Amino acid sequence: MPSSDDEVDRVPLSARPEWSDVRPVPQDDGPNPVAPIAYRDDFRETMDYFRAVYLADERSRRALDLTTEAIGMNPGNYTVWHFRRVVLESLNADLHEERDFLDRMTMRNAKNYQIWHHRRWLAEKLGPEVANKELEFSKNILDLDAKNYHAWSHRQWVLQSLGGWENELGYCCMLLEDDIFNNSAWNQRYFVITRSPLLGGLQAMRDSEVGYTTEAILANPLNESPWRYLRGLYKGDTSQLISDNRVSELCLKVLKTSNSCQFALSLLLDLLCYGFQPSEELRAVVEALRNSEQDTVSSKLATTVCLILEITDPMRSNYWAWRRNNLPSQVC
Amino acid sequence: MYKYKIEKTHKEIMRSSSFYARYQTRHQAKGKAKAGVMPLRIAHRRSAAPKTKDRRIRTTTTRREARREAAAAAGRCSSSGLPRSGSSTPMGSSPNRSSSSSSSSSVSPPPSPSDRQGRLTTTQLEQLRVEQEVYGIYRLFHGVAPHTRSFTLELWRDKHIEFLTRGLKQLGPNYHVLDANRPWLCYWIIHSITLMGESVNSELEDNVVQFLSHCEDKNGGYGGGPGQMPHLATTYAAVNTLITLGGEMSLSSIHRENMLKFLLQMKDSSGAFRMHNGGEIDVRACYTAISVASILNVLDDELVTDLGNYILSCQTYEGGIAGEPGSEAHGGYTFCGLATMILINEADKLDLPSLVDWVASRQGVECGFQGRVNKLVDGCYSFWQGGVLALAQRLLPIVHKQLESSFISGVQASAECKKSCNFTAEETGQDENLCRAGTSHPENEGEELSDFGFSFIGRHTECGPLFHSIALQQYILLCSQVLEGGFRDKPGKQRDFYHSCYCLSGLSVSQYSWSKDDGGPPLTSAVLGPYTNLLEPVHPLYNVVLHKYYKSHEFFSTL
Repeated sequence: MPSSDDEVDRVPLSARPEWSDVRPVPQDDGPNPVAPIAYRDDFRETMDYFRAVYLADERSRRALDLTTEAIGMNPGNYTVWHFRRVVLESLNADLHEERDFLDRMTMRNAKNYQIWHHRRWLAEKLGPEVANKELEFSKNILDLDAKNYHAWSHRQWVLQSLGGWENELGYCCMLLEDDIFNNSAWNQRYFVITRSPLLGGLQAMRDSEVGYTTEAILANPLNESPWRYLRGLYKGDTSQLISDNRVSELCLKVLKTSNSCQFALSLLLDLLCYGFQPSEELRAVVEALRNSEQDTVSSKLATTVCLILEITDPMRSNYWAWRRNNLPSQVC
Repeated sequence: MYKYKIEKTHKEIMRSSSFYARYQTRHQAKGKAKAGVMPLRIAHRRSAAPKTKDRRIRTTTTRREARREAAAAAGRCSSSGLPRSGSSTPMGSSPNRSSSSSSSSSVSPPPSPSDRQGRLTTTQLEQLRVEQEVYGIYRLFHGVAPHTRSFTLELWRDKHIEFLTRGLKQLGPNYHVLDANRPWLCYWIIHSITLMGESVNSELEDNVVQFLSHCEDKNGGYGGGPGQMPHLATTYAAVNTLITLGGEMSLSSIHRENMLKFLLQMKDSSGAFRMHNGGEIDVRACYTAISVASILNVLDDELVTDLGNYILSCQTYEGGIAGEPGSEAHGGYTFCGLATMILINEADKLDLPSLVDWVASRQGVECGFQGRVNKLVDGCYSFWQGGVLALAQRLLPIVHKQLESSFISGVQASAECKKSCNFTAEETGQDENLCRAGTSHPENEGEELSDFGFSFIGRHTECGPLFHSIALQQYILLCSQVLEGGFRDKPGKQRDFYHSCYCLSGLSVSQYSWSKDDGGPPLTSAVLGPYTNLLEPVHPLYNVVLHKYYKSHEFFSTL
């Protein structure tokens, strides 16, 4: 909790000579406030003074310092952040100094919308020269929590607006080597191969990416991330998806070795729903997964796949039953 | 029939947890299952693989292989960290924030099977920890006598009401981190109370109306507290609170003309919305703006312009929707994105089959939902993800149509699609509107934009839920419910108002997920635990209690 442990020696604003000319403005909660917060004295006082400078639109150094204090107590107050930006602009303040302040704030509140929004505003002002610094900073945050949503959004924004794509695929590889289950890293990988100006786009990258992804799947067939990524590599191009033998062969390989893998079956089902014609071997492997107790014989492989999933993936039995009842009419 | 099916699948789930499988493998001798808890082995044997093959696999399971299997299984199913941590989010924030930092400093072998065996990754370790905790609870639950078991499944209404009401009256000093979220606190608490069929007394109601009017900006919209800038998320919270209170004074306290002006000011040239003046643009902002406009009957073409394309650009390769283009698919944003698209009648622009597949896959072995792939389960996604599936349940004819038209077989496809769409409508007895619903454009021209939220809830659902509604209720009641009142993310976390609101909302959604028409009482078999657990139904697009929604609709549609 960002409490006031670093405010132990805090001098009340009312006792500071530089604030003697300001009359604090108390919060107008009305006569019968709801969900009232028992504010600590320092919090209440800081906000009372903040209201005073905010209402007076006082764009001064002391107003800036006051927002620093207010933000330290509640970094979620977007009004304070907004006013801080107004003041920073008016004062033509040193934005590198602001960056240092923000670094400290972010390390303590890594999942706060306002902080990251402010950071984007700041980086935009500072321009491409800070691209690498920003990437380095988001890496520091991701070192602590490799799935921090805000840090990833910021990183993507930096890449797109300020540049710094050179090592991004390498960074994704590094994170995936460390934790192949890190779906945020897979998402970033997709972002890089589809949007990096240095790589030539999805089509150019598809071949090598399919190889990489296949390897990851074979290493951990129960890792959902690469399975979704593989589908993503053919996004908007389902005819490629069903005609690329590597995809169906991967399903075959996994189903042969790992009893019944939900993700392999699910991908196979999608392939069939797009019009894929299964080989006899694939058909046989799937049929072999069927429970002998199931007496219903289906001519459609897609139906069989759904039936297997309904049993082996009981959390989703309703979903797979719905899929079974809604197969495209021409499906195999 | 339904009852049988539900109970049957429920039992199956209980048997087939991957953790339990590992538990069996490691700690129990063969066939030494306790009464009432059947080992996974049996569930497996009854499943897809032929017995011989199954046995072969099982008996060759060495300790090392078991560990690898565990590791692999641990990788799937998980959640957390929704936009919960900032201030002002539709997902709100908890004062008892816990940092989920985890060091990942170990040596990095390439992702090959041979090198990977010995080491569990951060994702796997965290997942295993949660599974152990959750399965500890489920084991206990199955070990106790039946009458105690039903007590355990009870919703402790009195405790929850007490916890919630106290919050409305006074919050401790540590809540200062939510000082810019006060309308949220009102909404989380009052919506929760109303879900349980209770209401606040008229004096308190007046106080809430009065207090929120202090948060309302003179130029429209509501801020996070008195004197703060108007913000879309807190505006959504304030409006939903006032609708939930539902009295004439409450409803008429909202300045709708100013509201529309505020919403238009927040509209960005991209078609999306900003949270506040100079604030961030994302899918939450879009949802909160459109939800408010729709429910207050001020939604117009200008607000809707280019919005559908923005949301569409946030749908990711995974199928779910991200906060902004390029980001990772996420439960909270997926709810916001889909609800927005339905409210502006453009849901058919999305790739619905992949969206539904992604969401359905987010319910994990813990029985609750995760927010993203390979993240940890979290009770709040009971609503965000469960709510998406409740919405999708009413879009199934469109999902079917999209599935049909993605079949590649030359020119036949489009003719086939039309045929099948009609066929589905006839077959299921649904009227033509249902088939058409969600396709914006000519045929809906007669309908006002603000009507889509109203007509949507009236759609019949011919199909059961696409998630396991009993399992979800089990997670909420056994893992999220706190004995002293309130709900939490997961065992080991603190309760808070945000999780109380969204666990209860998710509980309501799952209880009514088998109901064919809006708000009709569900079968006893659809409600886990005593039937007295039954909550009020919600309107899943706005997340306000349904009868309160109807009342407000009546009020605002005449204005």
